[in-house]
Amino acid sequence: MLEVRDLVAGYGLTRVLEGVSLDVTAGEIVAVLGSNGAGKTTLNMVLSGLVKPRSGEVRFAGERITGLSPAQVMARGLIQVPEGRKIFPNLNVRENLELGSYRRAKANRAKNLEKVFATFPRLRERVAQAAGTLSGGEQQMLAIGRGMMAEPKLLILDEPSLGLSPLLVEEMFTLIRRLHGEGLAIMLVEQNVAQSLDLADRAYVLEHGAFALAGPAAEVRENPELKRAYLGL
Amino acid sequence: MRNFPPEIVMEAVANGLLTGAVYGLVALGLTLVYGVLHIINFAHGALLTLAMYAAWVAWAAFGLDPYVAILPLVPIFFALGYGVQRLVIGPASRGEDSNILLVTLGLSIVLENAMLAIFRSDTLSVQVDYAMEVIEAGPMLLSFPRVVGFGVAFVVAAVLFVLLRMTDTGRAIRAVAKERTGAALVGIDVGHVYAVTFGIGTACLAVAACLLLPSFYVNPRVGNAFVLVAFTIVVLGGMGSVPGALLGGLVIGVVESLSGLYLGDSLGQLGIFVIFILVLLFKPTGLFGARA
Repeated sequence: MLEVRDLVAGYGLTRVLEGVSLDVTAGEIVAVLGSNGAGKTTLNMVLSGLVKPRSGEVRFAGERITGLSPAQVMARGLIQVPEGRKIFPNLNVRENLELGSYRRAKANRAKNLEKVFATFPRLRERVAQAAGTLSGGEQQMLAIGRGMMAEPKLLILDEPSLGLSPLLVEEMFTLIRRLHGEGLAIMLVEQNVAQSLDLADRAYVLEHGAFALAGPAAEVRENPELKRAYLGL
Repeated sequence: MRNFPPEIVMEAVANGLLTGAVYGLVALGLTLVYGVLHIINFAHGALLTLAMYAAWVAWAAFGLDPYVAILPLVPIFFALGYGVQRLVIGPASRGEDSNILLVTLGLSIVLENAMLAIFRSDTLSVQVDYAMEVIEAGPMLLSFPRVVGFGVAFVVAAVLFVLLRMTDTGRAIRAVAKERTGAALVGIDVGHVYAVTFGIGTACLAVAACLLLPSFYVNPRVGNAFVLVAFTIVVLGGMGSVPGALLGGLVIGVVESLSGLYLGDSLGQLGIFVIFILVLLFKPTGLFGARA
């Protein structure tokens, strides 16, 4: 479904991604792991069209999407829930969710809104509240709910557990498992190694802008290289 | 300080409110552009002057009443604002806010001098038979053009409110104002939203110009006087706040009118700038300003 080949990207004189290749096939959960500064968020920015790559290619559902605008990328069903949530703090919960279907799946807005509320009853309780006043966990739910409103074919979750209490992290991973159970392909970009590997089918470990490790999640977990790549030991 | 009978003071307050609504309309465009694009549009005054000339031409060449001219001028000025942002300000700024400042300043100089070349520095005005008409409201005499201006300004504000709250485009504008990356990720074309916002701001100026023309003159620099007041209103109402702009406009209108009454017409604007300094000293976020 998603094919990334030899991606090179950076900002100004800094190169962040040094030739990254990865695949996500339909129905899969793929974990992309890496410590701070490894290039995870830059990879997502390139996939969503917010940063133009210097070279390399991204294909989605068989179509080359390298160089498309963020709007064109998301219109094709590649939806990202960004790091730091990036919800609209001045809009209320309903408006945030409705804007999730600004460009895609607008016809099913009412139906999908019900679906998101069924998944996150907390959001229904806070429907008229300004999103900026929600707790961190609720904001993360809102960000995922907003992504779901666009009927993603592939959902990229960038650090969904960041800044959440351990209990909420557990809840978040349960939720991701459930979304996957409904047949959604997910690319999970995380620092949270153990839980991500439990969940994922396959995993990539990003180190200094390149994949140091790749393979089935169970193998990556047992690989002694993981500790070295991740902890820099 | 002189003592005036209450009906004179009341009339001054009412006239201040009426004028203030149109000030608010000018400030509305300024605050909307600031709230969304995070830039001070220095071309706002020149664009207001341009709109006033456009309304004057519509009257002088086509015989259109200034109030009727609102209908064609709003879409024309929306398109103009959209194009200016999309084709001039956006590309020239290359994402640097300080560049935008210079680009809008440069644009205002070009516009003002173009208008000077075309219309000369003579003061022009329209002659309409209702310009001097008054409406009797109890003991007060209210100028007819100001009453119309007040009503139309509120209609525009209401339309804008509905647009921003109820439509996807309006929500996209509010979303881009606070969270550009998040907006891009839900498929909002941020460049388009910037241009639409600039277009709306310019369209507000077109309405304000048509409301002002029956009772004001036009010359190549007239817009700046209004925009100076509009800046004060934007600061008073809270940078980027739409209701703040309208309420601030009313307050400033009354302040101007009352200080004109008590201090003499030529010092009417003194009160405005005293307010400006006081707001900056004691409540720099303004009435409806976002917390820093």
